[in-house]
Amino acid sequence: MNWDWEFVAGAMPGILRGLLTTLEITVLGSLVAYALGLVFALVRRVPKVGVVMQAFIEFVRSTPLLVQIFAVYFLFPSAIGVRMSPFVTGVVVIGIHYACYTAEVYRAGIDAVPKGQWEAATALSLPKRRVWTSVVLPQAVPRVVPALGNYTISMFKETPLLLAIGVFDLVNAAKEEGAYAYKYVEVYTIAGLLFLLLSYPASLLVRKLERRVAHT
Amino acid sequence: MSHTPEPMVRFDGVVKRFGDNVVLDQLDFTVAPGEFVTLIGPSGSGKTTILRLLMTLERVSEGVITVGGEPLSHMRRGDRLVPADDKHLAAARRRIGMVFQQFNLFPNMSVLRNITEAPVHVLGLSPAEAEARARDLLELVGLGDRCDEHPSRLSGGQQQRVAIARALAMRPDVLLLDEVTSALDPELVAGVLDLLGDIARTTDITFLCVTHEMGFARQVSDRVMMFDHGRVIEDAPPEQLFTDPREPRTREFLQAVLDRS
Amino acid sequence: MSDNHSRIVEVLFQGLPFTVVATLGGIALTIVLSLIAGLAMLSRSRVVRGISRTYVEIFRGTSEVVQLFWLFYALPILLGFQLVPLFAGVLVLGLNHGAYGAEIVRGAVQSVPKAQVEGAVALNFSPAQRMRRVVLPQALVEMVPPFNNLFIQLLKGTALLSFIQVQEITQRGQSLVPNFGPDLAFIYGVELVMYLVLALVITLVMRLLERLTARRVGRTPMKVGTTA
Repeated sequence: MNWDWEFVAGAMPGILRGLLTTLEITVLGSLVAYALGLVFALVRRVPKVGVVMQAFIEFVRSTPLLVQIFAVYFLFPSAIGVRMSPFVTGVVVIGIHYACYTAEVYRAGIDAVPKGQWEAATALSLPKRRVWTSVVLPQAVPRVVPALGNYTISMFKETPLLLAIGVFDLVNAAKEEGAYAYKYVEVYTIAGLLFLLLSYPASLLVRKLERRVAHT
Repeated sequence: MSHTPEPMVRFDGVVKRFGDNVVLDQLDFTVAPGEFVTLIGPSGSGKTTILRLLMTLERVSEGVITVGGEPLSHMRRGDRLVPADDKHLAAARRRIGMVFQQFNLFPNMSVLRNITEAPVHVLGLSPAEAEARARDLLELVGLGDRCDEHPSRLSGGQQQRVAIARALAMRPDVLLLDEVTSALDPELVAGVLDLLGDIARTTDITFLCVTHEMGFARQVSDRVMMFDHGRVIEDAPPEQLFTDPREPRTREFLQAVLDRS
Repeated sequence: MSDNHSRIVEVLFQGLPFTVVATLGGIALTIVLSLIAGLAMLSRSRVVRGISRTYVEIFRGTSEVVQLFWLFYALPILLGFQLVPLFAGVLVLGLNHGAYGAEIVRGAVQSVPKAQVEGAVALNFSPAQRMRRVVLPQALVEMVPPFNNLFIQLLKGTALLSFIQVQEITQRGQSLVPNFGPDLAFIYGVELVMYLVLALVITLVMRLLERLTARRVGRTPMKVGTTA
């Protein structure tokens, strides 16, 4: 076969529009995962409720994201009468799914704060909320940034699952362009390269951050 | 030596167990206001546990601890004493401060903010008041020029001075010193001890001090308590305990410490 | 159970063999590729290191869906013949997770204390013997828990095969959606529980393996609740 440059030039704008959607979902999904993951991690420490939280986290982590996407997308309109667009469904489901992973990251970060810090805070009679907001979390959160970054990169690579409910992401756009002219080699190679082009430098950045965090 | 009717700290039949391990065994003692009491004894004899119980970092298994006439480990309900809840503990421990072996400065705060954080958020001081107090204290501990520094940039001795200032900023009635020089390089020990001696002389704070620095204990203490296996085996003024200990176990211990240094 | 429900369970269970075969095939390929690429990344030869590094970065750096579509839709154009869907699926699952597994193997081998290698050198073991008799058995203990996570990841990845019409659980489930509208909650509930049970089976087997490998190097695995 011959690589058809002309075709590629014509398909690029469509594929890049898809990439933009993928990036939007990744950014919004990450924000949900970062915020909700911290909430999950804190709820996990509450007696009794924490056990339920933990069970939910394990359940989400043990079942396929794709099935979760289908379930929420097809089930929610009939179950609770809310129809979410594919895009919103994607952000919400991916965000919650990854929150179950970031919760573990936050937990490890909180556990890594030395016991002496808690004791010193107690010795100063700092109120509980203050201990969290000014002593524990400011030390825990910077340490977990690289791990959070890694999950954002994973999320970026998992957004194509959303094509199953019709989100017009990078891969869906590529598929569309390719089907039109039966030029799958070009479109999927480009899609792959675009993923690599973004995620490889991002993972190098995360590795650099990891080293820096390890040194402090 | 003290005739005050109301002791600052009172242990009444205090027992502390970790699992099956009895760390403190039916402990009774009192400390008068303003007194400087040093606790000595082999490691594992329960000295540090006493400080941690007073700081409410641990809870008693049995018995009652009273600070300034108010029960610390328990609270009054009607005319009965019941184990303290978190709220009671939080209120009771405000009179108590602690300096730790490993300093435990907050690495995410400047030196100054390490000292102002609790006065602002616990005592309700205005930030300006708290800062003025912190600057005075840093001056006192000889670090007046290091306010904005990050704790990790200070030497161990300097960090421990900051920790002392941080504890003093809360104006505690009782200050607990838990092997505060054990983690320091030898050449930095004397400076920190001198500082503590000065503070003990010039304030009316009650001190409970766990240390292996016998020279310091002898100089500064009003009383020394020798611990072994969770019990006080000798309780005497320093001149007597260090020169003419009554118990053979005390003599052995002092000899061992002397040989080591 | 109503007729609808038993029909749904029946259809979903038709998918089970495909999911299981894809998972087991994927795991087998993952193990082989992880070991080869992981050890190759520690090779003295720059070329060998370069090749394995490239494999790992390409498969970790691109989306699993893209890899699947490339293999299933693009490759046939180059080769002139189509891969059987299930085979293509196993291939992608193995290639993708093998790249992650390679990093696990590399990390575990590097975590074996240097003194152990030196001890083996002192006994005049050849480099291959050192690896096989001294380093790998110890590294294996470190590998088991992360591989457990990776295999569960792989199990979850089998749902992707519904995109290329492999008749596994997720695909079977979606085939029911048009005709069983009122029973959607039941469909997805059963599906999720099936995956959950499979994940538990993987974890169970890996726990067993963890105990076996730990015992082989004379370590008793830490029991929950007995922290030192």
